[in-house]
Amino acid sequence: MSAAFSSVRAVCHPGSFAGEKRGPPATAASGKFASGFLGSSGKVWFGALPAYVRAAPSARRRGSFSVVAVSDVVKEKKPKRSSSPPDLLVTKEEGLELYEDMVLGRTFEDMCAQMYYRGKMFGFVHLYNGQEAVSTGFIKLLKQEDCVVSTYRDHVHALSKGVSSRAVMSELFGKTTGCCRGQGGSMHMFSKEHNLLGGFAFIGEGIPIATGAAFTSKYRREVLKEADCDHVTVAFFGDGTCNNGQFYECLNMAALWKLPIVFVVENNLWAIGMSHLRATSDPQIWKKGPAFGMPGVHVDGMDVLKVREVAKEAIGRARRGEGPTLVECETYRFRGHSLADPDELRDPAEKAHYAARDPIVALKKYIRENNLASEAELKAIDKKIDEVIEDAVEFADASPPPSRSQLLENVFADPKGFGIGPDGRYRCEDPKFTEGTAHV
Amino acid sequence: MAAAIFQGFGASTALSLSKSIDSKRVKLPFGRSLSERRASFVVVGSDGRLVSDSSRARKLVTNAVATKADSAASTSASKPGHELLLFEALQEGLEEEMDRDPHVCVMGEDVGHYGGSYKVTKGLAKKFGDLRVLDTPIAENSFTGMGIGAAMTGLRPIVEGMNMGFLLLAYNQISNNCGMLHYTSGGQFKIPIVIRGPGGVGRQLGAEHSQRLESYFQSIPGIQMVACSTPYNAKGLMKAAIRSDNPVILFEHVLLYNLKERIPDEEYVLSLEEAEMVRPGEHVTILTYSRMRYHVMQAAKTLVNKGYDPEVIDIRSLKPFDLYTIGNSVKKTHRVLIVEECMRTGGIGASLTAAINENFHDYLDAPIVCLSSQDVPTPYAGTLEEWTVVQPAQIVTAVEQLCQ
Repeated sequence: MSAAFSSVRAVCHPGSFAGEKRGPPATAASGKFASGFLGSSGKVWFGALPAYVRAAPSARRRGSFSVVAVSDVVKEKKPKRSSSPPDLLVTKEEGLELYEDMVLGRTFEDMCAQMYYRGKMFGFVHLYNGQEAVSTGFIKLLKQEDCVVSTYRDHVHALSKGVSSRAVMSELFGKTTGCCRGQGGSMHMFSKEHNLLGGFAFIGEGIPIATGAAFTSKYRREVLKEADCDHVTVAFFGDGTCNNGQFYECLNMAALWKLPIVFVVENNLWAIGMSHLRATSDPQIWKKGPAFGMPGVHVDGMDVLKVREVAKEAIGRARRGEGPTLVECETYRFRGHSLADPDELRDPAEKAHYAARDPIVALKKYIRENNLASEAELKAIDKKIDEVIEDAVEFADASPPPSRSQLLENVFADPKGFGIGPDGRYRCEDPKFTEGTAHV
Repeated sequence: MAAAIFQGFGASTALSLSKSIDSKRVKLPFGRSLSERRASFVVVGSDGRLVSDSSRARKLVTNAVATKADSAASTSASKPGHELLLFEALQEGLEEEMDRDPHVCVMGEDVGHYGGSYKVTKGLAKKFGDLRVLDTPIAENSFTGMGIGAAMTGLRPIVEGMNMGFLLLAYNQISNNCGMLHYTSGGQFKIPIVIRGPGGVGRQLGAEHSQRLESYFQSIPGIQMVACSTPYNAKGLMKAAIRSDNPVILFEHVLLYNLKERIPDEEYVLSLEEAEMVRPGEHVTILTYSRMRYHVMQAAKTLVNKGYDPEVIDIRSLKPFDLYTIGNSVKKTHRVLIVEECMRTGGIGASLTAAINENFHDYLDAPIVCLSSQDVPTPYAGTLEEWTVVQPAQIVTAVEQLCQ
């Protein structure tokens, strides 16, 4: 077994993840977190079992792993805060950008909850609170041309990718000014301009789409000879998805064809009411990467700086044409699965434990401790975001609902699908079909 | 997964001749040259006439449109155009579009090096390379989704289901993404994808390989569906489907791949929304598509001998229906018979019946009659399979009753 694994390891040796050239990792911020979570050890996990595995007696039996394909970025270098100048992970500008993006995500989602309870939005609304470090850590490293594929918990991915709060809020209000004209809703956020390929509401279905987008990048470079096409696709999905066939099928294809894609698992430990440990024979998802010949990385998803370190490497790998990476971000959602979820199964102690590891608080602390910005500067960002969100709500509220004539628009890109002839009229006036249509 | 797919290769559509055809059937002689294989095939012209291919010079109709009885049989070998089999026509259409637009690519199981299970993509991988003609792992769900993702980001993929039935595994991607995504994205993303493959009841392929998925797919919003039935329309519809900005499902039939026909040398593209007038007539409108066209044309021969003058329309566009052509025919004949290979319950015929009743009820002199396959999993045994799908004799009887 170990022999087989070591050969795998040789094939997909994540040499690029060894952080020789990199500065010290985010230990300064995370070193003081409560124990029991992998992040508390102040390192990207390497060899030792993560917290959630240690907690599971059944999983412990399988506890000795010989293969790892994770970053030892953090492990190798201890931060020497006394050294001057401090070798920081981010510049001031970067730090503030990350902070602002996370605060934006959090504030937006909190406002969504308010608006939902006030009857301004309906349906299933899945909030991202607690997981902000993952969205921000990855997406803020992307270019506009890079693609993001999300799940039903997609508001914050959209915001990170640059879709305006107004457009997302309006979409949630079901207004025509929404990013999908009110036709998508909470779980179907799209933006062609920002290459957000969607909110996908069913488990796993976004992963093949992301694989296709990555295929296009490769196709453009190799078939269409667009040498400068180095676009990367990042696919986000949860721990529950990792038991779905599409996940494995796409890991295989992406590795097979060395597609420029990063598979990002937002492991928040719960698939609605199904604990990850009750659903998964081997809960260490990152290990499935090496099984397919790609690096698997496990990172503290509550620490945006660590996520960013790993993301940089994985995105860089994809951009250089070196193939896909699987990244498992261990995170936690601070709210129920959706606003309709009574959230009765999760242990209050567990929730409190993770609440204490709030990624926004952690980044704030890092920024302050390293004197990247003053308290006042951070406050100013908070205030700015509050205003942005207020404005988004006002905008959405004031926006018109879709008109009846919009109903049949966009069913077909080419209206001939409706049986419309070259003259722009129906080839046959079928009353059941044509009534209510205006201009298609 | 695809155990039995080749069995239908070479089998004829002509039921009454099935015995003699069986004895001549060639099983998978892919090692041999095409001409060798062709020599032993019985060929059905697109008007339904049977042509024994032993005399190669024997004429076929020049195109699939509108010839009454045998009047079009007077073509000769010197006629312009070129003769090819239906799978070659599909291949030719595909190749032309790939030549024309570098964004057009093919993906599916065994489409590349192997050339496709029915040879529709034969030679394309060699010409266009492995990335444009991509052999995928056996993962219908994911490679179909991948095609959709590629279509969203600018390519125009053709996804082949090795057998249409396998696409049930990709149903979620076809429905939720192919069909709905243009709409849910507020019109931002187009999905110019073609999903195609062999379906229908073959020759004793068993239940799973004998499916008519058009009934499953028809209620997915945002998808167009066409069924080809002759080399001429196969090529024209393939090209139209590739050029369409809508997701299009192109249905091929396992038993029709070896139909031979002379098609024009010059380029042509057909409309995806138009039915094809196969045989104009006065007494009754017979609406059909895909393989059943040939059962209908066989029956038509008998009917003509009995003094009837049926109008036969290959509806071709399964969604949307060409109610213009269909309506004009109904207004002329006032009687409608639908013959389909689809399932009786919730099939294309059921939808067509509803559409005609809603739109042309006043023109009907008799209730619409719909002959469909039985609602059973297609049995393996030859006799049972034969009774599952509509046979020419049933069509004759139905017309006689309808025209009483």
